[in-house]
Amino acid sequence: MTNKIILAGFGGQGILFLGKKLAVSGMDKGLNVTWLPSYGPEQRGGTCNCSVILSDNDISSPIIGNPDILVAFNIQSYEKFMPRISSGGILFADSTLIDKRPERDDIKSYFIPATQIANDIGMPKLVNVVMLGYFIKNTDIFTADYIRSAITDSLPASKAELREANGRAFDLGYGYNG
Amino acid sequence: MAKVLIKGNEAVAEAAIRSGCRYYFGYPITPQTEIAEYMAKKMPKVGGLCLQAESEVAAINMVYGAAASGVRVMTSSSSPGISLKSEGVSYIVGCDLPCVILNVQRGGPGLGGIQPSQSDYYQATKALGHGDMQLFVLAPSSVQEMAQLTADAFGIADKYRMPVLLLADGALGQMMEPVDFDMLHFTPEPEKPWAVNGHGGKRKKNIITSLFLKPEELEANVLERDKKYKTVNENEVRYESYMCDDADIIIVSFGITARISKAAVNDAREKGIKAGLLRPVTLSPFPSEILKKLSDTASAFLSVELNMGQMVNDVKLAVECKKPVYFYGRTGGSLMSSADVLDQIEKIAGGLK
Repeated sequence: MTNKIILAGFGGQGILFLGKKLAVSGMDKGLNVTWLPSYGPEQRGGTCNCSVILSDNDISSPIIGNPDILVAFNIQSYEKFMPRISSGGILFADSTLIDKRPERDDIKSYFIPATQIANDIGMPKLVNVVMLGYFIKNTDIFTADYIRSAITDSLPASKAELREANGRAFDLGYGYNG
Repeated sequence: MAKVLIKGNEAVAEAAIRSGCRYYFGYPITPQTEIAEYMAKKMPKVGGLCLQAESEVAAINMVYGAAASGVRVMTSSSSPGISLKSEGVSYIVGCDLPCVILNVQRGGPGLGGIQPSQSDYYQATKALGHGDMQLFVLAPSSVQEMAQLTADAFGIADKYRMPVLLLADGALGQMMEPVDFDMLHFTPEPEKPWAVNGHGGKRKKNIITSLFLKPEELEANVLERDKKYKTVNENEVRYESYMCDDADIIIVSFGITARISKAAVNDAREKGIKAGLLRPVTLSPFPSEILKKLSDTASAFLSVELNMGQMVNDVKLAVECKKPVYFYGRTGGSLMSSADVLDQIEKIAGGLK
């Protein structure tokens, strides 16, 4: 089993963090993992992406040509990476910011208004956690309980309100039926 | 301790600190700046010093001074910055001082790009500085190995009193992989009676210099150092041999491309092509002997590199024209896929039939 995942969007949307969460969760499960960020003259508001590979085999290259899964948080990332999803792959996209739909019938598409949902609960920064919940619901890489507690447990007990908010964002994404 | 997910650059910094390195001098450049960032955070906590110099030239000369005083010291940079350090590196060699230098390679020449590359192979193995000199060059191919080879580098540098260069690339530096730091083994720091570190007039003074104006003195100095290089070449060669014993086609590749090539070897085996991988871990000394030996049983060699063909010439020298040596590479910051390497293997296999 090998999953090649590209996560892409604007700097500041928590994309590198989301990718790292997936990679650490894979490592803790005993999988081989790599995490590679786009690097260079990056800036908040500019585009950013990271490549995460989870595998029970050796990982040869951390660079992903054709992802099995794309998680797109803006239209630029959608246009850049959607055509590269391998046949039979999966697209996750934030429909608040992406108004296009793929003209491909060889991939599965999941759209969620993640930005809208995060805004509605007054936590716009948790757009990545909303998306994570939706991602976990529609893939079988990790169980919901495992990832949900990985997210909330990474916050100190003194930040109980943030734990609660992250859990809620995750649940909203997980429970979303588009 | 359990495994941690960590960038290659940070793994080098952590392993250096655990190796007893207490002095780091550097100057920022992508894609290796995380090392300075990590050192700046951690060095003060262990009583060490992380100093951002005014330039790469200054940083390497601070390494020169610190090494002369007998402490474990390192610097790091990326391709254009390494070029700037070359004068200082030559002085350090000329004074027989131990230190560790890391090159997280990016594309060149000139400012080039910032994406992964192996195009400094010639510079690293042939002439990172003027004069009759040789560096010890190690090439990691995973983040765990970035950490272990850093630990090894300090031991080797002290043992032979020579600079050790770690030759990595942007992909290895930037990627995160699990690392188990408890698995690392370290070489204790030896006594350094040659160091210039102040003695209150209690012993004869030590002099460290690379200046020998009399030709016969300089020749004797170079000849003496050459004995050391011979010992290194005889005793310190390291490589990983993967499915080479019965292989018809042997890929020679180091660092990140060795991993890609290994996947291609597995794919080729599934297609019934007997491929193997010889991965040099030391680029200098180069594993010539094993390649020479393998040229008796293999039918062809393929050097896979992120440049226009540099290590391939060392493979040719090792194989002594007994078997054809092919080259496949990408450059400028692009990487090949394992499917690309498999294509090359299949082409060679087709020609052999």
